[in-house]
Amino acid sequence: MTSIIATDTVATCADWRLKIEPLNDHEEAAITTQIEHYPQPQAATIEALKIVQQQQGWVSDGKLKAIAARLQMSPDEVESVATFYNKIYRQPVGKTVISICDSVSCWIMGYQGLAQALTQELQIALGETTADGAITLLPTPCLGACDQAPVAMVGDQRAERLTADALIHLARQAQESTP
Amino acid sequence: MTCTHPLSQHIKADGSVTSLAEYRANYGYQGLAKALTMSPTQVVDWVKNANLRGRGGAGFSAGLKWSFVPPIEKMPGQRYVICNADEMEPGTFKDRWLMEHDPHQLIEGLAIAAYAVQADTAFIFLRADYDLCAERLQQAMDDALAAGLLGEQLNDAGYSLTMLLHTSAGRYICGEETALINSLEGKRAHPRFKPPFPQVSGLFGRPTVVNNTETLCNLPHILYHGIDWFADLGIGDDNGTKIYGVSGRVKNPGCWELPIGTKVADIIALAGGMQDGVQLRGFLPGGGSTDFLTHEHLDLAMDFGTIQQAGSRMGTGTLIVLDDQTCVVGMVLNLIQFFAQESCGWCTPCRNGLPFIRQILVDIEAGRGQQDDLDHLLELCGYIGIGNTFCALAPGAAEPLQSALKYFRDDFVAHIEQGCCPHSQATGVAAEAGVEALEQGANAL
Repeated sequence: MTSIIATDTVATCADWRLKIEPLNDHEEAAITTQIEHYPQPQAATIEALKIVQQQQGWVSDGKLKAIAARLQMSPDEVESVATFYNKIYRQPVGKTVISICDSVSCWIMGYQGLAQALTQELQIALGETTADGAITLLPTPCLGACDQAPVAMVGDQRAERLTADALIHLARQAQESTP
Repeated sequence: MTCTHPLSQHIKADGSVTSLAEYRANYGYQGLAKALTMSPTQVVDWVKNANLRGRGGAGFSAGLKWSFVPPIEKMPGQRYVICNADEMEPGTFKDRWLMEHDPHQLIEGLAIAAYAVQADTAFIFLRADYDLCAERLQQAMDDALAAGLLGEQLNDAGYSLTMLLHTSAGRYICGEETALINSLEGKRAHPRFKPPFPQVSGLFGRPTVVNNTETLCNLPHILYHGIDWFADLGIGDDNGTKIYGVSGRVKNPGCWELPIGTKVADIIALAGGMQDGVQLRGFLPGGGSTDFLTHEHLDLAMDFGTIQQAGSRMGTGTLIVLDDQTCVVGMVLNLIQFFAQESCGWCTPCRNGLPFIRQILVDIEAGRGQQDDLDHLLELCGYIGIGNTFCALAPGAAEPLQSALKYFRDDFVAHIEQGCCPHSQATGVAAEAGVEALEQGANAL
């Protein structure tokens, strides 16, 4: 599986002949609410991408085209925004994304050991997804919990003062809860 | 009884959130109520006279910043206030601490700022990974709206305010105020050319003020307790308190609200001092983009002027401690890697200069350093310095590197002369593994 790190400068070459994947009712309603917050629909681009990602796990080319149509933008404009931000996934990710903080305080407190232990345990490199589709492993910039370093996000939960064993335990838990 | 810890007075040890009822029981929303009885100009002057300096790092007077917004009579129509809660400076965790524990304090402060510049809409621009903050802020905003503290007709003059939460999708440059504005417009977060300044033409081309979370959290207390009280809180030239933090190999990392101007040594002492078996070598006073200081600076007051005189910046006030077991080259490489990755790519000196620097540091750390590498590093620091780049990201990135070359030059030389990282030799941790991971990252970039 290819790495999803830094898609911004990797040519993603979406195939624009692909059909629109229509927004589902929830996506449509949630995006409409966000559009109402702004004087221009384009301003809701990031919210729209996050809403779709929340529902689908990632943002496919077809959904990206649907967002563009809803916000009266070209797909390329939406793509330029989607690829700029760290937390918008333009490739499928595992059911649980584990983001290990690799910034300075966590690095001092043992980031490298954590990353090494978990990549060995799961047999994947950073940026990859386990074969069962349960876990994607990513490095992430400072999570703002430097007093609890080293830290990681397991899904939307912050795990603090991690040891290699504790992180592996959390990863295994996430894997077991994936059907 | 004098209130000495205004910002943290509601923060509970168990980490639970302060409810609206708890917040209101202790003069909560009375600062806003007072502001709403004053004229907007009076509020601006009040905060200007209090000399509240921006707690996001720049230290610019908040009241002065507001005063650049044209009067509503001269420029009627929509205007905005934005809370910069995109806390992504490496080593910084103070705003998360404030928002997770006491969201109403920020909401009240933001409402006061909005009223002062007559903004009808206020945004909280929250960083991507702060999920717990998002949940608690949204709940608090809903509660405040239901209680009539936000929304329509907040005073006799008919002032109304809509407050909205925007959660980012993650990018360090969003902390730069004009990049933040672009991001809030749904665009790539490139900084904008100034002038025009956001106070005149910001979000959607309208007058806009952007203030840091901690700055805004000060406002309810300044309005309620007054200017003299605020001035008395500070030790030196600056007024009020500051949320200071310490991370790294100290016994008790954390953050504390202390009088602004507290000595560096006293802050590190609160963190329990260094862990057993390690010695302090230096520290970054206010996040990853500030210059290293060392032992000789421990007795300095942590305020804007003193730290600047010592050749660094107070920045966010959250110290990152360097110990003698940590490789300083590795630490600087980690910081440069962060800035290179988070560069928005808009201007070439930053987009290319930071990866050039990273590659040299990777080589030094891996034992492939050359004798003239340190000269090249200093030369590159100059090329990405202030005036050569579009915004302050790259000049900030150069700060820990150029100061490390000043204070810890021997460490760099030892790497080059020994052809390896002395620390990884001593600790048995292979530097190669880390370098390999970095090179993978470099390829992905």
